Amino acid sequence: MSTSTIAPNPSTSNPEPILQSGDPPSMPETNDKLSIRVRDLNLWYGDFQALKDVNIDIRKGIITGLIGPSGCGKTTLLRCFNRINERYEGVKTTGDIEILDKNIYDSDVTSRQLRRRIGMVFQRPNPLPISIYDNVLFGANLHKTHKQLTRRERNDVVQQALEQVALWDTVKDKLKTRATTLTLEQQQKLCIARLIPLKPDVILMDEPCSALDAEGIEQVEGLIESLRDDYTVVIVTHNMAQARRATDECIFMLMGKIIEHSSTADMFLNPREEQTEMYIQGRYG
Amino acid sequence: MLLLLLLDRNTTKGNLSFRRSFQQLQDRLEPVVVGVIYICGWSAILFVIAIFVFVFKESLPAITGIGTEIAAGEIEVEQLDLVEFTTSPRWIPESSKKPAFGILALIVGTLSVTFFSILLAVPLGLGAAVYVSEFAGNKTREILKILIELLAAIPSVVWGFIGIVIMNPLITNLSGEAVGLNILNAGIVLALMSVPIIVSVSEDALRAVPDSFREAGLAMGANRWEMIYKVLFPAAKNGLLAAVLLGIGRGIGETMAVLMCTGHSVNMPTSLFDPVRTLTATIAAELGEAVRGDLHYHTLFLIGVVLFAFAFIINLTADLVVKGVRDQSNV
Repeated sequence: MSTSTIAPNPSTSNPEPILQSGDPPSMPETNDKLSIRVRDLNLWYGDFQALKDVNIDIRKGIITGLIGPSGCGKTTLLRCFNRINERYEGVKTTGDIEILDKNIYDSDVTSRQLRRRIGMVFQRPNPLPISIYDNVLFGANLHKTHKQLTRRERNDVVQQALEQVALWDTVKDKLKTRATTLTLEQQQKLCIARLIPLKPDVILMDEPCSALDAEGIEQVEGLIESLRDDYTVVIVTHNMAQARRATDECIFMLMGKIIEHSSTADMFLNPREEQTEMYIQGRYG
Repeated sequence: MLLLLLLDRNTTKGNLSFRRSFQQLQDRLEPVVVGVIYICGWSAILFVIAIFVFVFKESLPAITGIGTEIAAGEIEVEQLDLVEFTTSPRWIPESSKKPAFGILALIVGTLSVTFFSILLAVPLGLGAAVYVSEFAGNKTREILKILIELLAAIPSVVWGFIGIVIMNPLITNLSGEAVGLNILNAGIVLALMSVPIIVSVSEDALRAVPDSFREAGLAMGANRWEMIYKVLFPAAKNGLLAAVLLGIGRGIGETMAVLMCTGHSVNMPTSLFDPVRTLTATIAAELGEAVRGDLHYHTLFLIGVVLFAFAFIINLTADLVVKGVRDQSNV
């Protein structure tokens, strides 16, 4: 791991909570609006190298899709961005990942700070087995951002978050029921809603629609669409049609390497690489 | 198998017909096998009911005053004063002048030892379960689980031995009390005895929590400890409660170790260093010497009924906690 030469960004190292309504994610307009910058990233699970010399720049405020066949490393890459890969034994990483100009492998970055700024939505909806209300406030409670808030303000935070994911009207009368009693689609929306009170800069999504039915997919895709501009969204998907519909840029990966990174329109209409073309046409994967 | 072979030689020649006759035999045996399995299943219920009926029947003369028939014919039994039985702390069954049959001190003894042991056993057991399920590597986990099961297999009389030979001098030396057989001693021994149950049940409960819950907590920025007590504990709540209740059940039912470690003296305790006597130990120590058919004998069975009631309430609560309350638990 080499150290980053770029000075720490004051807003990233600032532990103060950002919870005022309507406050856009604070971010300097440097680096040509880059959100995530990956340099020479290699990752091994034991002896197996899952990522090979990955270099990418992910732009801020757009939806970037990670596509590729199973086992190509796209989920692994996604899970590097909030360092949740580290919970497994035998994972070794080299290289740098800079998120908003701060190397996330620097020793002064704790996983707690990092994960507050980088939310994650999983393949299987995983609301916690507590009430809907407590689920939305889970992150806020964890990061003590609500200590100064009154009960009414907390209620407002919950309402705002649930409104943003279009779940408020459905659940406003049963906020105290267990979140796991909701339908899968509602659960997934809740999983997105619980990130909102923390105002993350980046939201990572690992095949967020694969457990949902067609209608649920449509709704959640609409929701992801609405997150653009406020958040940088990185989404792993197996579904080519979804990548085409819902993303602005796409990164195609194969065998742990980045093959192509271009705007979604370019990738699906004029792929530069032969491998990309073959994958998109469904020849393999 | 031999029978089948004989059958084959007698009735058939050749492989095909053997197979056919074997199949016929199987078909005929099917209802028998099903019947045997039914009996196995129902026998559990049968035994519980039979034991309860027996204990209850033996205790009945103490309540009604009508003795059971022994060879010489019906004998009259003195009737037990139920108010005295439940509220008096005096238990002097063998007194020739005025015997007293109050079990309050025994109940308090049982509850105080159990309560103290559970106070020690719950943190220890839960902590061990969390370590085994969340922190230990695969190898350590397997070794620990085997050792914990081994701990559960130690006979209770050996635990009693430890209480008398090791704990007793330790307590007298450290506290300056004259005798080290008391609530403290029995509570510690009983705690060590119930830890294996608590560990294995709660470890199962923790391991049953889907990994996605852990990832959800961690990805929100929780550290490991926050993840454990804010995510895992609520998710495994029912299993953990059941583990604690099973530990309590173990404590109330334990006999030999508490007989040896409590000091076995009828006493309303006022401190941890007071010796007490428990319900179970009383039955174990006195039933062999009680005159069969007299009030003392029947009263001991009535204590058995009381123990039965304790065990029943605890097990029922554990069952309800595990199954029923799950849905309403967060309202």
